[in-house]
Parts: sequence; structure tokens; C-alpha cells
Amino acid sequence: MTIFSFINQQLLKMEWLSDLVATFVESVLKLDMDSRVGGSVHFFIYDVIKIFILLSVLIFTVSIIQSYFPPERTRKILGNFKGITANILGALLGTITPFCSCSSIPLFIGFTSAGLPIGVTFSFLISSPLVDLASVLLLASIFNWKIAISYVVVGLVLAVVSGTMISKLKLEKYVEPFVYGNPLLDIPEEEMTMKHRIDFAKTQVKDIVKKVWLYILIGVAIGAAIHNWIPEEVITALLGDDKWYSVPLATLVGIPMYADIFGTLPIAEALVGKGVGIGTVLSFMMAVTALSLPSMILLKKVVKTPLLIFFAGIVSVGILIIGFTFNAFSYLLI
Amino acid sequence: MNIKVLGSGCDKCKKLEANVKEAIAEMGIEATVEKVEDFKQIMAYGVMQTPALVVDEKVKSVGKLLKPDEVKVFLK
Repeated sequence: MTIFSFINQQLLKMEWLSDLVATFVESVLKLDMDSRVGGSVHFFIYDVIKIFILLSVLIFTVSIIQSYFPPERTRKILGNFKGITANILGALLGTITPFCSCSSIPLFIGFTSAGLPIGVTFSFLISSPLVDLASVLLLASIFNWKIAISYVVVGLVLAVVSGTMISKLKLEKYVEPFVYGNPLLDIPEEEMTMKHRIDFAKTQVKDIVKKVWLYILIGVAIGAAIHNWIPEEVITALLGDDKWYSVPLATLVGIPMYADIFGTLPIAEALVGKGVGIGTVLSFMMAVTALSLPSMILLKKVVKTPLLIFFAGIVSVGILIIGFTFNAFSYLLI
Repeated sequence: MNIKVLGSGCDKCKKLEANVKEAIAEMGIEATVEKVEDFKQIMAYGVMQTPALVVDEKVKSVGKLLKPDEVKVFLK
């Protein structure tokens, strides 16, 4: 076994944990692993433990990287670039700038007041929840690296294209006037020692686990139900990749849902196991994370309805295209 | 002394307000604590991350849930 596949199988996919939980289910709980109850109990315990371990380790590592990119710094970097380069950088920095969704409005205003085009800010805001660094490694753990990397690439492309179109169509007039011309706070960048960064990372792990644990439990429970209780025929009848409407249906169901990407992963995992196309599953995940009612309601405070509708529209169309494309080329990925 | 906690009503903002009050009580100083939730007023300070701590109209900290001991440093 090469080192790479060892890391992949044991550290990322945690096959040792799957075996351990299987032993536990069979000899302690006395459940047959091939029975429905045994199978779903195994899925639930294994997935919950796996996701929490990966989540904590990943958030910690990612937070150390993030501590080098506070929003103030990101804003300064973005100010130095123009056109599509700025959109690409906006999308990339969106993945590593730490900010919680409750700060998305001050961030929007802060970027715009600094003179950044709103298209660049949208590239940032779209990629930020969509392409989370930690979620990419989870995707690699649950599916494989090809899917994880393709997800990142199309997520970034979606953010860049949507932001660029918002810039090109000159939609600035649909931004509330008070967003412009606010003062820019220039507090001197704090000298962070490694200890500060580690403390920051620890706090991030605590905060995020506190925020998402319920979504994960619900997600895994739904995943376990799909995995063992809902007949495959029902799922393939609705979401099978031979059905043209599977992608729009998954997107439509996903849009109003609000969950963290970590909560959607176990559902995605179970659906793929039931023969649902990878494109359909990715569409669902992207719709849940990139578009949600709470974030739309927040955005409504700073942009007028036409821009909000355009934003939701272009992101939805992008998600549909991604879904259809991935389904069509899924033989390259699995 | 006039202290403002800027934040849109998220969990961390409420906790910061409580920690500020605790710090004031422990230090035994005279200070008014105000919670600012309106985006327009928050943005007048130019902060991009909430909660933020403002002491006598000067922004002291952004995006951090300071513990009472950490708040005290800014009140001296």
C-alpha cells in the first residue's frame, strides 16, 4: 500500500473507525450489520464520529491559515486589482477569510465603501459559504479527490462568473445608498504571535462545532434513513440520473434549506450510495449552502429587490449547469 | 466613560455586552454601556466584523468575543 492511499483510506475515510463501529454494533448492541436497523445504526454512529473528528482537525488547521487573512487585509489586497483578476481573487480569498454569516452585511458595506466593485464583493460572498476549505477535505473523505477538486473548481468558477456578470450589467444602482461612503476603520494590524493564532483556531473550532452540531446530527439521521429505509426505487424514480428533472428538483429542494455544508455531506453520501448522480447531489449541496432564505433576508437590507433576484437567478442557473454537466461526465469522476 | 458594543444581535454580541458589564462591575468604574444594533450606526464606525467594542467613540476591538479580563485592558 502506498503512503498516499494509506492516508486516504485510514485518515480521511477512517476505515478503521468503520470496522470498529461495525464490531461495536455486532457484539455490543447484538445487531446484524446486514439488517436495516443494524445498518442505519452503524451509518449514524460512524458518520457522526467521523465528521466530528474531521471537522475539529480541519477547522483547527484551516483557522491557522485564516488568521493570516482578516477581512481588513483581504479588502486591501482586493483594492489593488481590477476586472476579472479582482473577481478571481475575491472568490479565492472568500475561501480563506474567516467571517461568520452574521458579519456578512458589515463586510459587504465595508468592501463597497472602500470602492471595491460590488461584483467583486459578490464573488467573495458566493464562494465563501460554497467553497469552504474544510468542506473540500470532507468531500475527499466521503467521495474522492477528483470530485473534491472538481467541486472547488466549479464553485470558484460560479463565484467568478456571477460576480463578473453583476459588474458588467452595472447593477450598482440597486445597492442601498447608505452602503456607500462609510468611513474605513484602519486599526493597526495586530501583531499575532503563534499563540494568538492557536487560541483563535481553538475558539473557531469551539464556535463552529457549537453552531453546526445539530445540523450534522439531523443530516446524518436523514442520511441513515436514506441509506437503509427508503427503497432505492423511490429515490431513483425521483432523482435518478436518467431523469432530466433530477437536477432542478434537487436544486429547488435545496434553495430554501439552511444548513451548513457539513450537515449536507451525510445526505449527499447516502444519496450517491443509492445511485443518485453526482451532479444531482452537488447541485443539492450547492443550493443549500450558496442560497438560503436567512442569507437572502440579510442581503435584502443592503441591496434592492432586482439585484437580489438577479443574484439568486444567476447562482441557480449556474448550479443547474454544474449539475447537468457533472451528471453527463460522471463516468470520469467515479 | 461611554462604552458601545456593536453587533446585529448575534449570540457573541450579547455575550460581549454581558462581559463588558462584568468588567465594569469588577473594576468599580463609572461607565455607560450601550448596545448598537442598527447597521447604519454600526457602519459609521467602519467595522467589518461584529461584535466590536467602542470606548469613548474609539474602536478598540473587532470580531472578537473578549473575556471580561480582556475588556478591562481597554477600560484602563
